[in-house]
Amino acid sequence: MTVAVNPKKLIKGGLHDWEVVIGMEIHAQVTSRSKLFSGASTEFGGEPNDHVSLVDAAMPGMLPVINEECVAQAVRTGLGLKARINHRSVFDRKNYFYPDLPQGYQISQFKDPIVGEGEVLVDLPEGETITVGIERLHLEQDAGKSLHDQNPTQSFVDLNRSGVALMEIVSRPDLRSSEEARAYVTKLRTILRYLGTCDGDMEKGSLRADVNVSVRKPGEPLGTRCEIKNVNSIRFIGQAIEVEARRQIAIIEDGGTISQETRLFDPGKGETRSMRSKEEAHDYRYFPDPDLLPLEFDQAYVDSLAEGLPELPDAKKARFIESYGLSPYDAGVLIAERSSADYFEAVAKGRDGKAAANWVINELFGRLNKEGKDIETSPVSATQLGAIVDLIGEGVISGKIAKDLFEIVWSEGGDPRALVESRGMKQVTDTGAIEAAVDEIIAKNPDKVQQAKEKPTLLGWFVGQTMKATGGKANPAAVNALLKAKLGIE
Amino acid sequence: MSVDATTVRRIAHLARIAVSDEEVAPLQGELNAILAFVEQLSEVDVEGVEPMTSVTPMAMKKRSDVVTDGGHARDIVFNAPETEDHYFLVPKVVE
Repeated sequence: MTVAVNPKKLIKGGLHDWEVVIGMEIHAQVTSRSKLFSGASTEFGGEPNDHVSLVDAAMPGMLPVINEECVAQAVRTGLGLKARINHRSVFDRKNYFYPDLPQGYQISQFKDPIVGEGEVLVDLPEGETITVGIERLHLEQDAGKSLHDQNPTQSFVDLNRSGVALMEIVSRPDLRSSEEARAYVTKLRTILRYLGTCDGDMEKGSLRADVNVSVRKPGEPLGTRCEIKNVNSIRFIGQAIEVEARRQIAIIEDGGTISQETRLFDPGKGETRSMRSKEEAHDYRYFPDPDLLPLEFDQAYVDSLAEGLPELPDAKKARFIESYGLSPYDAGVLIAERSSADYFEAVAKGRDGKAAANWVINELFGRLNKEGKDIETSPVSATQLGAIVDLIGEGVISGKIAKDLFEIVWSEGGDPRALVESRGMKQVTDTGAIEAAVDEIIAKNPDKVQQAKEKPTLLGWFVGQTMKATGGKANPAAVNALLKAKLGIE
Repeated sequence: MSVDATTVRRIAHLARIAVSDEEVAPLQGELNAILAFVEQLSEVDVEGVEPMTSVTPMAMKKRSDVVTDGGHARDIVFNAPETEDHYFLVPKVVE
């Protein structure tokens, strides 16, 4: 795929502009109860070496047996990435030595992965949508964990993660800025979470990225790339790309050349540094694992998994725009998490979609963010928020009173409709009562009435006074209409 | 196909096998003899033949996703030269 050069995305060097080219390998932990080739638990944490079978510890004579759920999860993910599903794939041994890899090799897929080419549509903040090509997805084992800070001369090794299934999702070098890279990972994470194939919890290491970065003058062939290993947050991915691109530009502009290597991002120092020890390890000597037969299944199996897939983010977004009349931006915000989308639909059902979206995005999300809560722990349920939207729609309360009501429901709970009754929050729509208030204000302020004839913006002051006099409960439309008529303002 | 002394050293290093200088030449000879023997296979025309993965036509066995193992950290680290709190202890490896 060729990607058109967008001048806005170029990085200014000392001599000229540079285009950064990014491809990513995302390691996503497969959601499953047990490991890829053993019956040990995948649960996060646990006592050291407690979630370890003799297979994971690579004891002699142990044989791997594949977990069928991990296969299904990989196929579901492939379908979610609109990718080709390979009915036959092969497990290979990737050989290297490291203390947290007791086998001396990682069981992975090299030549024949379970999933082939696909694509991900990525929406950027400015409203642009890019297509990022997926080269492949394969299944592999995670390694164990080494702790280096327990002892000055020794590392502590815990194999609880050893053998947990990972999906490595390899993108094409289709990304052209740190912003695109962040948006891509965000979108991929959303898709995985919708599918339920990876929980996307970056803090627990469920999603890690290896980022390939190179720079070139626009239109020229690809430059030499460096791979930044194991970046574990979306923010760090963005930062790592920025500093790495600038490092490479500085070297090239100084007349140097980039050597292809593996680097680490240090968020504390804001720099990447070479991981020299990894260099010689690159000779992985892949060969088919003699302990495992090829993984084979038919189209009927793929079809049965496809039938069970949930509505995916792109389809949901399109449906929200189409059936609720939402803007692409609002729809995008709502579908980012399946739970938010479900909440919105519960509020919007049988109601005005736009009003529901406004309340969910502006009031609810705003408040949740402020309090550091998420939608699952929202004190205001979809039913309660729906009732508030109804009360506004029916003209029982004004939008302003609705915000007060929302506050009460948030902090005290309760049925919004009953609260409106018991606390006397009903909007006054009785024109008689409003008119009385309006007349009184006009009578008390003859000077303002005079001014308003020349300066119609003073209407706002009258509206404010009327709302004040009616305790905020007067119907704003009625107040406006009455005032305009009485003051003679068009 | 044949290997030189440098390749022998490299293969040994990648496999973490200590090979002394005196051993390199004999190993090189042995490896080349093995490679020459295997190379006879290239005389066979295998154009269009799928690589055989098993002598019996069978599908790979699969497990259902159930936790059936774990909970024996003591056994896991039992043979390790050094352990602490059921961790394996190894010479420090850090980037």
